[in-house]
Amino acid sequence: MAFYFVQFLTGLASAASLFLVASGLSIIFGVTRIVNFAHGAFYMLGAYIAFSLTERLSGALGFWGGIVVAALAVAVIGVIVEIVLLRRIYHAPELFQLLATFGLTLMVEDLVVLIWGPDDLVGRRAPGFKGAVDFFGQNIPSYDLFLIVLGPVVLGALWLLFQRTRWGILVRAATQDRDMVAALGVNQKWLFTSVFAVGVFLAALGGALQIPRDAVHHAMDLRIIVEVFVVVVIGGLGSILGAFVAAVLVSELNAFGILIFPTISLILVFLVMAVVLVIRPWGLFGKKEAPARRTPGLTVIPWRPLTSVERLASVVALALVAMLPFIAGNYALTVGAEIAIFVIFAASLHFLMAVGGLASFGHAAYFGLGAYGVAFLAKMAGLPMIVCILLGPLLGALGAAVFGAFAVQLSGVYFAMLTLAFAQIVWSIAFQWVAVTGGDNGILGLWPEKWAASPSHFYWLALGVSAFVVSVLRLITFSPFGYALRGMRDSPLRSESIGINGKRIQWTAFIIAGTTAGIGGALFAYLKGSVFPDNMGISLSVDALVMVLLGGVETVPGAIFGAIVYKALNIWLVSQTDWSKLVLGIFIVLIVVVFPKGIVGVVESVMQRRRAAAPKAAALSAKMEGAQ
Amino acid sequence: MRRRTMLAAGLGLAVAGLAGAARAEDVIKIGEINSYSLLPAFTEPYRKGWQLAVEEVNAAGGINGKKLVVVSKDDSGKPADAQTAANELVSSENVAMLAGTFLSNIGLAVSDFANQKKVFFLAAEPLTDAITWAKGNKYTFRLRPSNYMQAAMLVEEAAKLPAKRWATIAPNYEYGQSAVAVFKKLLSEKRPDIQWVDEQWPPQGKIDAGPVVQAVAAANPEAILNVTFGADLVKLVREGNTRGLFKDRKVVSFLTGEPEYLDPLKEETPEGWIVTGYPWYSIKTPEHDAFLKAYQAKYNDYPRLGSIVGYQTIKSAAAILAKAGSTDADKLIAAAEGLSVPSPFGEITFRKIDHQSTLGAYVGKTALKDGKGIMVDTVYRKGSDYLPSDEEVGKLRPKD
Repeated sequence: MAFYFVQFLTGLASAASLFLVASGLSIIFGVTRIVNFAHGAFYMLGAYIAFSLTERLSGALGFWGGIVVAALAVAVIGVIVEIVLLRRIYHAPELFQLLATFGLTLMVEDLVVLIWGPDDLVGRRAPGFKGAVDFFGQNIPSYDLFLIVLGPVVLGALWLLFQRTRWGILVRAATQDRDMVAALGVNQKWLFTSVFAVGVFLAALGGALQIPRDAVHHAMDLRIIVEVFVVVVIGGLGSILGAFVAAVLVSELNAFGILIFPTISLILVFLVMAVVLVIRPWGLFGKKEAPARRTPGLTVIPWRPLTSVERLASVVALALVAMLPFIAGNYALTVGAEIAIFVIFAASLHFLMAVGGLASFGHAAYFGLGAYGVAFLAKMAGLPMIVCILLGPLLGALGAAVFGAFAVQLSGVYFAMLTLAFAQIVWSIAFQWVAVTGGDNGILGLWPEKWAASPSHFYWLALGVSAFVVSVLRLITFSPFGYALRGMRDSPLRSESIGINGKRIQWTAFIIAGTTAGIGGALFAYLKGSVFPDNMGISLSVDALVMVLLGGVETVPGAIFGAIVYKALNIWLVSQTDWSKLVLGIFIVLIVVVFPKGIVGVVESVMQRRRAAAPKAAALSAKMEGAQ
Repeated sequence: MRRRTMLAAGLGLAVAGLAGAARAEDVIKIGEINSYSLLPAFTEPYRKGWQLAVEEVNAAGGINGKKLVVVSKDDSGKPADAQTAANELVSSENVAMLAGTFLSNIGLAVSDFANQKKVFFLAAEPLTDAITWAKGNKYTFRLRPSNYMQAAMLVEEAAKLPAKRWATIAPNYEYGQSAVAVFKKLLSEKRPDIQWVDEQWPPQGKIDAGPVVQAVAAANPEAILNVTFGADLVKLVREGNTRGLFKDRKVVSFLTGEPEYLDPLKEETPEGWIVTGYPWYSIKTPEHDAFLKAYQAKYNDYPRLGSIVGYQTIKSAAAILAKAGSTDADKLIAAAEGLSVPSPFGEITFRKIDHQSTLGAYVGKTALKDGKGIMVDTVYRKGSDYLPSDEEVGKLRPKD
């Protein structure tokens, strides 16, 4: 009995650490609607700065003072980031802030290595909480007891802050209805800044408090960021009590789960999230979001099919790109093929995000399923390459059909997080089922047949398929189905009232996107000659999001340019420098500031403005504004 | 190394290519790939090691009179990126051979690439047995003692312990899984009386150490096998120390004696663990003294195991290139098979049968000295003594 009680307490201690970080994220998201990818980076910075301070300052005061000062210092960094960077992009399309915070995260990961060196750092133990307390023969670390108390104390303090202060009332009002708070004359700017500061403070405090029990290192952020997102979503966005309950739930399930299934930790949080979201679409304590006043995804420039001149230009551009094998070497061609494959992948996500208004955080699952589909067919059934490429993506389609059916019942960030959960479940199957998938050692020896083996032939194959897929997606976008899908994106109520079966349309779109991602994955398997669980990992899903956002989510061809720019730059930087993350991060942040609608989005706006100078176009844009 | 960036017309396809195909005739290039950005704690000393080796090789007249150049690339910890890098090195840099890699899946990806493109590949650090056995190929050689060899070295010590009830803690991925599997198999063969009472599989890099320590303690084992390393090891050791998990229990632990993993533990270093590692402070052989002196003179820092691996990778590669007298892959393979080269740990041989080097490891016990973790009672175990019989290896490895 004593054992189970101690295991329960241990779970509570884990929950407290998780809650500190998650509560900050929840507050930030609730008010500013920023998907703060950099929350993990702030957590890590808190730990690093606290390490430096506690090593230099002696005594108990030095330790605890160091922890608090570190958290405050990081909060100041957070304020600077908010004022300098995020304020510029609150009005950018949904999720665009994700791109900015992703860029920041990349930068911080390299910066901490530059500043603190590559070695793992182990800080000192907390004065007064070094030992353990004996409980019927079981040892409970006294620091765990401290954390167990701290969790509810922070929860209580936040409750007081939000329920009993004017600031808290404003924050809660903004969580419920931002526009109304603004209409009442509250200065949103400073409200957002202060909320961001509080959130970042909590993240950094959570990181600093890990010093006595963890090692400080440059991958801490990635270890925690996904998990806290999951906790926030399970609890219900913006609900601090929800975050607390979810943290306890997840930690306790893990603490007791490993007694029966020692491998459960890998996937537990995602399983819990999937179950919770399927049963309660807005998390445990979340409420259904009030319908947005501004129609989401309303394009500033109305979409239209290409004119015949533009069509001709595209064909010429494609023909020029197809000439690459005559001037470039094998390496350039292989990189070209990889970029073409990522154009397919990004275009498939773009179709779901921009046309369907459904941002998936787990799109790599279908890319990876396509790749594994090819690997199974080629390795187990021994089918020829062309058959594998045709049939392999069907595994992606199948996965999308199954998961899509659940996912499209949700919307917004909940939809995104459910897709993430499914992607992680698929990933863990590939990772764990060693007998079939080879585990993380992957499936090797999957090289193209002779007719496609030479880099130039494979390049043409990838380019051809890519052009075909992009054209088909474009055709679908401007077909009646595409209009219905956009109708659902812009106004589900109105669409359903005119007889559109919205969920069915979205489900179909999900399957289309999953299948096309699978086509990309199938080609990728042959390009690399191997398949690894990496091919469906979170980082690939994030890459796809970044490509779409970089190109411009509110444009039709954005994904193509986003994929080309991001992938080419990434490959080039990794080849040129060990600090590729730092440079790429700076680049992304600059892009975010200079091109707040994405690269293509801004180019289109500029062209639109020029055209507006001509009288005929002016009439058009006036009409458009009227439509808004 | 001259490059220019080409901007292809049309879609603005930006790709990096090599400018001049004019390669100086008096240079031999080795293409090196490792996870520099993902695992700097291991790869920084590793890089210093191979840079020292390049310097020494060139100071001694290069390779048959030609200057040795190492072109190094980061793989950002992803197999797919490693293949892109390998492709660039082979297609654009025209390297004579590939070398390096740390993670097992990346090592396998590059080895598969080498097999497909018929390029010689000397894997430096990946530990997976598959790279020389189940998924071995004729183009791939491996320097470091494999999972199997390290397990066999530890089992030899573990079998001497009176403990009968064993528990295991290992990261949940291929390395951890195969380390536990081999260790269990070999130890149970030697000691049929042993019971395996619990196993814990925390996710790599994400151990929730408190519950794991509790769960292991609940099974009340007499001895524990640990395979975690890095930040996970730190958390495990800290929780284990506080909760008294290691008190009166024997612990056998993979890699923990390597300075990369032992040094961060500082005063928390648990005493008496049986570990494999690299006690650079207590190795007193002329070969190692020479290496240590050169390394400390150049970097004013002490070597980690990564330094040895990086140094020996390039030294071995240089020896192979010198013996082959050519950059042709088949000639390199012929030269490497059975080749013996000196190393800081004594002479090592690249076996013909499975392309595994006989580099060994030091086995010893952890101890605490002046607030720092060290290895004591260390013995060097030759790799050649801890490999299965040739007949078994023949069965494990596909025919070329």
